[in-house]
Amino acid sequence: MLEVIDLHVNYGGITALRGINLTIEENQIVTLIGANGAGKSSTLRSIMGLVPKSKGQVLYKGEDFTNLPTKDIVGRGIAMVPEGRRVFADLTVEENLILGAYTRSDHKAVANDIKSVYDTFPRLQERSWQKAGTLSGGEQQMLAVGRALMVNPKILMMDEPSLGLAPLLVKDIFDIIELLRQRGNTILLVEQNARKALEIADYAYVLETGQLVLEGPGKTLLEDQRVQEAYLGVAR
Amino acid sequence: MGDVSIFLQHMTNGVSLGSLYALIAIGYTMVYGILRLINFAHGDIFMLGVYLTYYGVTYTSLPWWLVFLLAPLLTGIIGILLERVAYKPLRGSARITILISAIGASFLLQNLGIVIFGGRPRAFPVPQMLNHVVRVGGVSINFVTFIIPAVTILLLLGLTYFTTKTKTGLAMRALSKDYETASLMGIDINRIISITFFMGSFLAAIGGILWGSRYPQLMPLMGSMPGLKSFIAAVVGGIGNITGAVIGGFILGLGEIMLVAFLPRLSGYRDAFAFVLLIIILLVKPSGLMGDKVTEKV
Repeated sequence: MLEVIDLHVNYGGITALRGINLTIEENQIVTLIGANGAGKSSTLRSIMGLVPKSKGQVLYKGEDFTNLPTKDIVGRGIAMVPEGRRVFADLTVEENLILGAYTRSDHKAVANDIKSVYDTFPRLQERSWQKAGTLSGGEQQMLAVGRALMVNPKILMMDEPSLGLAPLLVKDIFDIIELLRQRGNTILLVEQNARKALEIADYAYVLETGQLVLEGPGKTLLEDQRVQEAYLGVAR
Repeated sequence: MGDVSIFLQHMTNGVSLGSLYALIAIGYTMVYGILRLINFAHGDIFMLGVYLTYYGVTYTSLPWWLVFLLAPLLTGIIGILLERVAYKPLRGSARITILISAIGASFLLQNLGIVIFGGRPRAFPVPQMLNHVVRVGGVSINFVTFIIPAVTILLLLGLTYFTTKTKTGLAMRALSKDYETASLMGIDINRIISITFFMGSFLAAIGGILWGSRYPQLMPLMGSMPGLKSFIAAVVGGIGNITGAVIGGFILGLGEIMLVAFLPRLSGYRDAFAFVLLIIILLVKPSGLMGDKVTEKV
């Protein structure tokens, strides 16, 4: 469904990615794990067109997305939940959701989708007229996910959705990711919580200093000795 | 009784002048909100709006009210072009670079004005309908003095509706807070920026027309002082904040008129009032009356 071929990214002299290849199949959860600075976020951000690619290609259903501006990538149904939630603090919860549907003109379906986001996250409905900045961290994360869902995305990219959340909320977030997959979404998940991510992932990639060093089904990587030592804190 | 009516007369004048500053200040503040740029050419856009109206009324057979509508629309388009030519190519460069470009654009417009319109002052063709004196109680007031705040309030209501109830308005508010996340919503940033410049320039031109109806002398450099003062109004109110710009405009307009009215010995310092106010605000509350805390975006 989504294919990333030989992707290179440089930021002003610093090389963030040096040629990575990813394949994301429909209705799968694919995860990207790795240490801080390994290039996980850069991968998502360059797929979304937020940072320029210095080399490589992004194909979506055979169509070349490499040089598409962000707004058009979103318009074709790829949404991203950015790292650190980044909700619009001055806007209400509902206004945040409306903006999530910015590219859509099917008003009825949008209204329905707002309802279904509220069904998934009842807390958001209770606070629909509150400014997003007044929400707790967990609620803001739910809003960020709900807002991305308003794109009606075929592929949802999530950048560190569990970062900074209490353990109970982390579990909630992963439950939601599984739920989304059951509903037919395709998910590309970047996570520092490698164990949780590998547990739910159909397929996983391990990034180290801008290169892929390992890949395989999530369950397989959970058993892999190198992964265990480097990312799961299992002593040899 | 006489004192009250004189005070009311000054009030009306102050509110009227304040409305004009507010209309121009909104353009500064909107552009700043989106681009973090002080659009120094904004005062000259105001001037262009007045001249376009002058030429439209004087040299075409169009009815004045139609010109009063078309000229701001055209000025809005000039605003879009200004951004495309002078600012867009520099997007992503250091802020000081774009600021210098803005100052350059201002000089360019002023000098083009001198070349094209001529340096000789011209008289603004004030429509009969606006240009008569109304007597209220013991006070005689030019009718346009009433029209100015009325038009301003209508435009402000429209603007408030736009920014709070429309999707484009929401997008504008989102963009002013977080570029990257706004683009992740699929917002076309260039389009929103163009709309912002259009609206700011449109309002400046309306302000210009009203200004011309009140002070009917046109000069190519006429935009610089009102522009500067409206910029101060925007800073006093808290730059980036539309309500703040309006409040700042009224403070400036009322303050200026009242200073002249009640301290006539200081009337020579009329223009200085704005700058003193600016200095005080920058010392006491640099973020302005309604401003957010100043935080650098990462």
